[in-house]
Amino acid sequence: MNLADLQPGERGMVQGLLLEGGQRRRLLDIGLVQNTPVQCLGRSPAGDPSAYLIRGAVIALRAQDCRQIILA
Amino acid sequence: MGLTKGSVAGGALDAGLVIHKKQPQDRVVALAGNPNVGKSTIFNALTGLHQHTGNWPGKTVTNAQGYYSSGQQSYVLVDIPGVYSLLASSAEEEVARDFICSRAADAVIVVCNGACLERSLNLVLQTLEITNRVVVCVNLLDEAQAKGLTLQLPRLAELLGVPVVGTIASQPQSLNELKQAVEQVLAQKTASAESMGRLCGLEHLSTEKIEKLTLEYTRRAEEIAAEVVSGGTEVYGHSRDWRIDRLLCSRLGGYALMILLLAVVFWLTLTGANYPSELLSQGFGWLGERLDDGLVWLQAPPWLRDLLVQGVWRTLSWVVSVMLPPMAIFFPLFTLLEDVGYLPRVAYNLDRPFQACRACGKQALTMAMGFGCNAAGVIGCRIIDSPRERLLAILTNNFVPCNGRFPTLIALISMFFVWQMGLAASWLAALLLVAVILLGIGLTFLVTRILSGTILKGEASSFALELPAYRRPRLLSVIVRSVFDRTLFVLGRAAAVAAPCGLLIWLLANLHWGDASLLAQLAAWLEPLGRWLGMDGVILLAFILGLPANENVVPVMVMWYLQTGSLTELNDLAAMRELFVANGWTWRTAVCTLLFMLLHWPCSTTLLTIKQETGSWRWTALAFALPTFCGAALCFVAARILSLF
Repeated sequence: MNLADLQPGERGMVQGLLLEGGQRRRLLDIGLVQNTPVQCLGRSPAGDPSAYLIRGAVIALRAQDCRQIILA
Repeated sequence: MGLTKGSVAGGALDAGLVIHKKQPQDRVVALAGNPNVGKSTIFNALTGLHQHTGNWPGKTVTNAQGYYSSGQQSYVLVDIPGVYSLLASSAEEEVARDFICSRAADAVIVVCNGACLERSLNLVLQTLEITNRVVVCVNLLDEAQAKGLTLQLPRLAELLGVPVVGTIASQPQSLNELKQAVEQVLAQKTASAESMGRLCGLEHLSTEKIEKLTLEYTRRAEEIAAEVVSGGTEVYGHSRDWRIDRLLCSRLGGYALMILLLAVVFWLTLTGANYPSELLSQGFGWLGERLDDGLVWLQAPPWLRDLLVQGVWRTLSWVVSVMLPPMAIFFPLFTLLEDVGYLPRVAYNLDRPFQACRACGKQALTMAMGFGCNAAGVIGCRIIDSPRERLLAILTNNFVPCNGRFPTLIALISMFFVWQMGLAASWLAALLLVAVILLGIGLTFLVTRILSGTILKGEASSFALELPAYRRPRLLSVIVRSVFDRTLFVLGRAAAVAAPCGLLIWLLANLHWGDASLLAQLAAWLEPLGRWLGMDGVILLAFILGLPANENVVPVMVMWYLQTGSLTELNDLAAMRELFVANGWTWRTAVCTLLFMLLHWPCSTTLLTIKQETGSWRWTALAFALPTFCGAALCFVAARILSLF
C-alpha cells in the first residue's frame, strides 16, 4: 500500500520512500521518515494533488509522488 | 505577488552578501525560520513597519536588511529566506545555509510556528549545529492556543540550551523579551569553529550521510516536541481551516469561486477607480494650465511650452491619473488575499493542469505575482526547485497582464465595449477583463505544455506545497505594504519612465524629416504590418515606444491623435472614444489592441530581469518572442474573422 491509496479521512504510517536523490531528500525534509503517521485530508478540485496532514502541517502532494511513499 | 523597491529595483538582484552596517560596532542578527511562520511580522515589529516589507519568495540576503537598537547597542537585522531545512539543495536553502555558515551574523533568531512546533524544531536543531548563539522565537502562540495546545517554553529552553521567547504578532511587548534574549546570547563566547563542521561542508557529504543527519534531526525534534507540547486533541477534520478548505477547494466550487473572486477584485478595482481617476485627471489638467501660465510668465518660447505641457506633463498625468487609482485598489485587495492565505490554495487548485503541462504547481504562485509585476513574477520563480520547471515559469510569466497593463485594458474595455455607466455595465467590464485574463492563463498552460514537449523536455519533478493556516489579515500592515511599497513604487517607476518618454514622443512628433514628422514616417512604415494585425501603424509604434513601460502605450497614441484634434480631459471616456474613432478605430481595432496588450513583448525591466535570472540572452530572446508571436498570430486571426462581421 502506498500514500496514493489512502482515501480522504484515512490514516496510515510511513514505511519508506522509493525515491532517490533530491526528491527523496525533499520528502524526508518535510518529515516523511519511517514511522511517521499521515492522514489524507482531501483532494483538490481536479482530484490531484491531495492534501495530507504530516507532523501537524497540511501538505499537498501529487499522486505520482505519493505512489513512491510506501505505507506500513 | 512579491513586489517591492528591493525586488525589482536595478542592481538589487545580485545574490552577493553585503551587510550594510551603519556603524562598525553594529551587531549583525540573522532572522531565520520556516515559511509562513510570521517571520516578516517579527522583522517589521523589530525594525519598524516600513524598513523591509518584502514578503516575496526568492529575495536575497542583501536587500532584506533592517535596523533596530536596544539600549546602547545597534543591530543590523538580516532576513534570510524562509526554509524548512538547511540540508536540501534548493537555491533558497543554500542562501540560508551559506549565510549562517559564513558566520557573518553574530547571532541567529530562529522563528518557529507555535502551532506546529515539531516541524519548526528541525531548522532550530540544524542551526544549533552551526552556531550556539541562537535565540528561538516561538511565534503564533495565539494560533497554538486556538488549537488547544500548551507549550512548556522553559522546558524547551532547557532541552535546547538556548533562550526561548514566545511571541504573538499582535502583541509587540513580547518583542522586548526577544531583544533581551539576543543581548544575552551575544554576551556568550561563540563555539569553536570545528563544532560547526557537519552542516557547512555539506557538499562533501555522501547522500547516505545527509539522510542519516535528516533522520537524526527529525527524531530529535519529535522527542523534544513530545516533551514540550501537550493538548491539541482537536480532530483536523472538524477545524475551521478544514471547513474553509472544503469550500475553496471543493470539486464543484473550487474553480468557480476562484473566477468569481477574480471578477469581484476587478469589479471593485474598476468601479472604485472611476471617481478618483476623474478627480486626478481634472487636478492634473488644472495644474497643467497653471504650468503653462507659469511658462508664459517666464516668457518661455512656444516650443518649450508645448514640449513641457503637451509632451512631458500630459504623458505624466495620463500615467498617474489612469494608473494610480486602480493600483491603489488592486494591490491592497491582492495583498489581503495573500495575507489571508488564499494564494497557496490557488496553487493547490491549479496544480493538476500544471502537472499535465509537466510543470511545477508553484508556477501558479509566480503567475499570481505576475499580476502585480512581471519582473517580480520572474524573480519569484526562484521558489521552483527544478531548473527546467523554473525556466518554464520564467518564459511564460508575461502571459498574465501586470499592473502596468491592467489600467489600459480597463480603459479600452470601458471605451469600446461598455461606455454607458451603471452596475450592469461595470460587471460586464469586469467579466470582459476576466475573460481576457483567462485567455492569458489558458495560453500560459498551452505554451508551457508545448515547451515541455519540445525544447524543455522532461517529466514533472516532485512537488510539496504547504497549505498554511488561514490568518486574519492585519489591515494596517496590508495597507502600508501595498500602498507604500507596491503602489507608489510601481507608480514611481512608471512616472520616471513616462516623463522622458513623453519628451521623446513629443520630439518624434515634432521633429521633421522631409515633409513629415519622424513619428508619422515611422508610423507610415509600420502601417502595413499594423493593418495586417488588425491595428494600424500608430498603434504598433505606440507598443514599440512602450517598451520601457507598458503604461506609455496609450499616451503615445493620444499624443499622435491630438495633433489633429483636441481634448481637454483625458479621463472623459466618451470624448476619448470619439477621438479614437475619429482616428480610424472601430471595435475590431479595440479587440486586436486588447489582444496585443495582453500578448506582446515583456517590458524592458522584465527582459533585463529574465536575463539576470536565466543568465542567457537566448532565453531572454525566447521570452520576448513567445508572447509576441502568440499576440501577432491571435491578432491576425481575429482581424480576419472579425472583418466578416
